[in-house]
Amino acid sequence: MKFGVVRFPGSCDEVDAVLACERVPGGSAQILWHGDPDLHGIEAVVVPGGFSYGDYLRVGAIARFSPVMESVIRFAREGGLVLGICNGFQVLCEAGLLPGALLPNIERRFVCRQVNVEVVRAGKPFTGDCADGEVLSIPVKHTTGRYYAPPDVLGSLEARGQILLRYAQDGNPNGSSNDIAGVSNADGNVFGLMPHPEHAVDPLTGSVDGLKIFTSMVHAHG
Amino acid sequence: MPTVEQAVALGLTAAEYALIVEKIGREPNEVELAVFSLMWSEHCAYKHSKKLLRGLPTEGPRLALGPGENAGAVDVGDGWVIAFKVESHNHPSAVEPFQGAATGVGGILRDIFAIGARPIAVLDSLRFGEPSSPRSRYLLEHAVGGIGHYGNSIGVPTIGGEVYFEGPYEQNCLVNAMALGLARGDALIRSAAAGVGNVLVLFGASTGRDGIGGASVLASAELGEADADKRPSVQVGDPFAEKKVMECSLELLERELLVALQDLGAAGLSSSSAEMASKGEVGLDIDVARVPLREAGMEPWEIMVSESQERMLCVVEPSKLDEVLAICEKWEVNGDAIGSVTDTRALRVFAGDELVGDMPVPALVDDCPLYDLTVQAPAAGLYPAPPPVLLADAPPRDVLLALLAAPNIASRRPLFEQYDWIVQSRTVRRPEQADAAVLALPQSPRGIAVSIDGSGRRVACDPYTGAIEAVLECTANLACAGAAPLGLTNCLNFGNPEKPHIAWQLTEAIRGLGDACRVFDVPVVGGNVSLYNESGDGPIYPTPVVGMVGELPDVARAGRSGFARAGDAVALAGPFRPSLPGSELAKLRGDELPEGLAQIDVAAVRAAQEAIRDAVSSGALASAHDVAEGGLLVAVAESCLGGGIGATLDLGVVEDGADLERILFGESPGAGFVVSGPQDALRRLGERIDLDIFGTVGGNALDVTSGAVRIEATLGELRTAHDALAPLFP
Repeated sequence: MKFGVVRFPGSCDEVDAVLACERVPGGSAQILWHGDPDLHGIEAVVVPGGFSYGDYLRVGAIARFSPVMESVIRFAREGGLVLGICNGFQVLCEAGLLPGALLPNIERRFVCRQVNVEVVRAGKPFTGDCADGEVLSIPVKHTTGRYYAPPDVLGSLEARGQILLRYAQDGNPNGSSNDIAGVSNADGNVFGLMPHPEHAVDPLTGSVDGLKIFTSMVHAHG
Repeated sequence: MPTVEQAVALGLTAAEYALIVEKIGREPNEVELAVFSLMWSEHCAYKHSKKLLRGLPTEGPRLALGPGENAGAVDVGDGWVIAFKVESHNHPSAVEPFQGAATGVGGILRDIFAIGARPIAVLDSLRFGEPSSPRSRYLLEHAVGGIGHYGNSIGVPTIGGEVYFEGPYEQNCLVNAMALGLARGDALIRSAAAGVGNVLVLFGASTGRDGIGGASVLASAELGEADADKRPSVQVGDPFAEKKVMECSLELLERELLVALQDLGAAGLSSSSAEMASKGEVGLDIDVARVPLREAGMEPWEIMVSESQERMLCVVEPSKLDEVLAICEKWEVNGDAIGSVTDTRALRVFAGDELVGDMPVPALVDDCPLYDLTVQAPAAGLYPAPPPVLLADAPPRDVLLALLAAPNIASRRPLFEQYDWIVQSRTVRRPEQADAAVLALPQSPRGIAVSIDGSGRRVACDPYTGAIEAVLECTANLACAGAAPLGLTNCLNFGNPEKPHIAWQLTEAIRGLGDACRVFDVPVVGGNVSLYNESGDGPIYPTPVVGMVGELPDVARAGRSGFARAGDAVALAGPFRPSLPGSELAKLRGDELPEGLAQIDVAAVRAAQEAIRDAVSSGALASAHDVAEGGLLVAVAESCLGGGIGATLDLGVVEDGADLERILFGESPGAGFVVSGPQDALRRLGERIDLDIFGTVGGNALDVTSGAVRIEATLGELRTAHDALAPLFP
């Protein structure tokens, strides 16, 4: 599977995401420049972490209008796999590809912490290599990671199985509603999460649990 | 025309002003005086420290780039070098802690990519007054916030650091930031301007009135009552702008488009251009009318001295100018040709067609007078005894818990959780996993370890020995990670050197640093001096901060500080000679600072550290942790907490209660190690160095016996004590 990893001015984790994609057997990755609307034939998109355009105005609000995102939005609407990590999650929410929004952490500070997240729903295309209820050790690092959606939307997300990851017991680092760590769209082809699976792909630097998100994507692709 | 009074107001002495008149053969105009006042400030000219710094060793087999460039560098093999440097941003942080600390990080990162290295890590060294003071809590919260804001936003991990809380830093906090960069050794670029007719290009942020006079007004004078008025002298940072400037700089270098590169730091365009011209032995013409401004109506002198952040200056061959400007445009940064290289050996400033300043470069850079210090050891102690917070007859268990909760020892988790320590995917040992941070090197099993250390209170007790201890503490941390030291950077934070007792502290501390470096065969690759750290309350503790980079042959075997396995043996290793005067316990009891510390056999400490390092890097040990503040029992407790497992120790019979206290809580910086692992492995280590197996890992409590004395605390009790800083960040 050919991954495309978006690079905005201010992206920080795009190289880490490329490395993670390339760790998967059968995975390769290339950078997609924000000013270039051509997706260069990639088969899945990763919108990485960082502070796109400085996150001035509102997190993800400016990035959503970049030329590459117009193409990513079209790609997603056509059923292409799109993974948004941290700032990428924020951008996908701003772009209307995912429900809800990310608000400042309840403690109003940046938090960097290895957390446990529970796989709420295992299945293609993003969590196919996990088991229901499996706990993954993955780091979070963000200032604006408190997932919010109105109560009726939350109810519908729960009912439709769109909540894929939840912070495990007592481990919610930011005050997210319903301990939500990651959600998908209704069609299941767009997934955003605040934890950084690309920073949990090597035993040398932490855990390898995050790799399952990337292998799931490759395996779902067939 | 300016007057001598104006020169004095800008921080020059009357004699220095007279010398400037002599050097340029006339009275300086407004532009020239502004430039000279900064170039001849302590911050830029090191006029009170340069002679002393010549006593530091700067040669070593692994040195890749020594002092004099924006940062130094050491060779780490396979063609890679690690660039590193530590720098202070003390007075700006005391006046405006968030922006002061943020721009401190921004400034040191620019120093790293200015020599062509990609920044891969930041560490910070902080000093505040006691956290019981509202001012200290304010400075702490905002300085930590500022460091995180800048480092996190730019995508460079903050992998380590240290913080001490002591009364003498109450008004004058210290914020030192260290950065590391990775580069191919053959791709490092110098800052010497060259090639008459080449173009001078300024790129990055636009220039405003922020930070005008920062180097002279803030950095080279004592703090005083009216410092709130100096807030306009503090620069404002924009990490997003710096991120773009960094990527732009690295792309320009990768495409080999630059002759020379220099960042704009203290004294802005003045010092960057003068330094580039001086190193290249050329002249530069600058047209300030071509500098993009963020405010209308700026005077030429303001443009020359503005300390607006996130700007770089480079020299480009005319044929490559278009390509350089196109890359600036790609990264959405300003790029403007503002001048050219000349053979005049003068820095000439134009405002359009009008010549508004003409200064010989050697006069700006080399002719500032260097002063010999008047050195006099103080007749009596300079610092009041710290306020007592622990009763003299507290039992050992209470002492242990009080030490673990002491601000200088308690867990730094509430601070480092505000920093991204994982971006760039190199971080093999995170904060609190090992005594030093460990990073993997690209396409190699090898890695580097890095640590930053320096206890000002110990240096206040004995500047010579205290400075040696700062080096030993740093090398000990590297040894526990399994790393051999390659190079050292330092930031010398002291009071007013024109006062003889401060000059004595400075002189003795530099002598100690130099002697320790020579014993370890470690060169000083660069550093920074921050003087005049005084307020109405007096001087800060003399605080030489030492940052070191070491190498590991196999990063997968990087050491850990926490106990790992039940059943492992626990030993105390090394030439540990604990004493209580000057210790953390003495501080808690409110003891006067001693006048002098116990002498150290540095060579013996080096040998012990090498044995520890070899044992760690061979994979023989399960854990290694140096005995630092708080002494032996605190070190064991930290290893318990690090591994989430208890230990049982038997110290044997100690007849004298006072002696037991010295053994449990006395300090011997860099010389003692708590190690754990299989009995056999510890015995083999014991064939090389002093080693006493005195316990076993296991259980969920720390259980210590010495004759009839028993000290027992559960992991939960230890952790509760150690988490004492958490309430500072509710």
